Amino acid sequence: MSVDIETVRRVARLARIAVSDEDAQRMTGELNAILGFVEQLDEVDVSGIEPMTSVIPMEMKKRQDRVTDGGKAADIVANAPATAENFFLVPKVVE
Amino acid sequence: MTDLTRLTIAEARAKLRGREFTATELTDAYLSAIDRANPRLNAYIAVTHDKARTMAKASDERLAGGQVGALEGIPLGIKDLFATDGEHTQASSHVLDGFKPRYESTVTANLWAEGAVMLGKLNMDEFAMGSSNETSYYGPVVNPWRRARVDTAVMPSTHDGAGGFASAGGVLEARTYDNMQLVPGGSSGGSAAAVSAFLCAGATATDTGGSIRQPAAFTGTVGIKPTYGRCSRWGIVAFASSLDQAGPIARDVRDAAILLKAMASVDPKDTTSVDQPVPDYEAAIGGSVKGMKIGIPREYRVDGMPQEIEALWQKGIAWLKDAGAEIVDISLPHTKYALPAYYIVAPAEASSNLARYDGVRYGLRVPGKDIVDMYEKSRAAGFGREVKRRIMIGTYVLSAGYYDAYYIKAQKVRNLIKRDFENVFAQGIDTILTPATPSAAFGIADQDMANDPVKMYLNDVFTVTVNMAGLPGIAVPAGLDGKGLPLGLQLIGRPFEEETLFRTAAVIEKAAGRFSPEQWW
Repeated sequence: MSVDIETVRRVARLARIAVSDEDAQRMTGELNAILGFVEQLDEVDVSGIEPMTSVIPMEMKKRQDRVTDGGKAADIVANAPATAENFFLVPKVVE
Repeated sequence: MTDLTRLTIAEARAKLRGREFTATELTDAYLSAIDRANPRLNAYIAVTHDKARTMAKASDERLAGGQVGALEGIPLGIKDLFATDGEHTQASSHVLDGFKPRYESTVTANLWAEGAVMLGKLNMDEFAMGSSNETSYYGPVVNPWRRARVDTAVMPSTHDGAGGFASAGGVLEARTYDNMQLVPGGSSGGSAAAVSAFLCAGATATDTGGSIRQPAAFTGTVGIKPTYGRCSRWGIVAFASSLDQAGPIARDVRDAAILLKAMASVDPKDTTSVDQPVPDYEAAIGGSVKGMKIGIPREYRVDGMPQEIEALWQKGIAWLKDAGAEIVDISLPHTKYALPAYYIVAPAEASSNLARYDGVRYGLRVPGKDIVDMYEKSRAAGFGREVKRRIMIGTYVLSAGYYDAYYIKAQKVRNLIKRDFENVFAQGIDTILTPATPSAAFGIADQDMANDPVKMYLNDVFTVTVNMAGLPGIAVPAGLDGKGLPLGLQLIGRPFEEETLFRTAAVIEKAAGRFSPEQWW
């Protein structure tokens, strides 16, 4: 399978990355080179094989359902580009 | 006083405890070495002078009080991927500009609890995506190793009667170094270069497809990626969560064992951290490999592999045979599919993990006309080319209509790769010996690699299988190529049998010797 420049623009939109025409052009070639490389997998017979879900067989660890952490709002917003009263500030989303 | 930075961790540990010098003296020796060398090597992207001195002083107090941790007073470099409380943590990315976490990763917290001293944060490929350290926002790291031309001349015995100068004859060796700058490998390029250039006693690193073992091989250092689940991933900036593992890069096998023991733990904060006690890895060193079965996988003899790599592999086989191990030819039939499957699984997981960099909670924000425009502009400005490429591939293979054809297929192939290893281990193979990399270090800005991303990806052809199967793997230096550059061998072990790797690697190290670059930096 290979991608065209329109697909690259659509994927970039899904990935929330702004691309210029020049970027999209270059990425089309690069992505097709990588997709061409992974095409080798078509040779492998995977009938009856389960997809891997965990590399080391283990049961997911669960903890007790109780509060173990918190009260750190100031720490959590400390690195944000824009905040007010321990809230993250973003451009207006709802009119 | 001898140069304190030349001591291994084991040597420094003994001398600190014997009060031959203080942790403060050792730390200062490293800080001056870094200040002198870093403008040339670019291994560190943040040097934490004050923190290092404060930690060293606290170590000296503990040493005086007899409360001594396993790494008491040992100065370490930390890959920029590990969250360090209040210190530079940016995964060498522009998108995390200014990020200083308010928490400490479990691995580094474990190191500080054992008395280690932090020297600073080490350069790396952006988000650990790369094999040459050239994708870093902070620029490439320079490998302390350089290519050399070795000229030899046989000198006859002479006696100059008049002047009285005599020569007993012998071989004169002259090395002429090439000024071309080489990569240290990646993604843990800063870690490997700093250890190799004596700018830290040891370093933390991480490995998703070979990012500990390939740079270790390129710099003549020892690097181990432990079994998936052995080191906690909590507080390590995520790349591909099902593949990422932390491990050390060190000057020798013993130091790597000491570091891994301190880094590894069972951590309730990481649900994939495995509930198994951490063994004393150092105790495995010096053990015999007599009767051990070493597998030699025929699929690792790849087309175009230099003769020198093949010769090195044969030397490794001979050393282990001489030490009493049994050499067994084995087959891992799905080896060639590991790299293509990796380039689906790793970008898929990365595209999901890197979705969090949106200009809202931390890092870079580029204003936009609405929130989506802000996301798109922030991410476009914040991520470098390679990272964007991988996010795009990941987004594509996970998108509607392609998920089964790419992602599910790759996860099935991954099970086949794992099964290959399980089959040979079931046949009684204890460890597998392979080359660590298909070549020695290459030049910075290598045109072939720059023009073809797949060519760069092939660096990981021998290491990536190990991540796909979650197994432990160690790279140990085994010799120099014709241009005087280090080459490494890799040992692959059964899950959680890192001790076997340390024991076997120590045998190779003893036979091969240790390798250090000639200082120019």
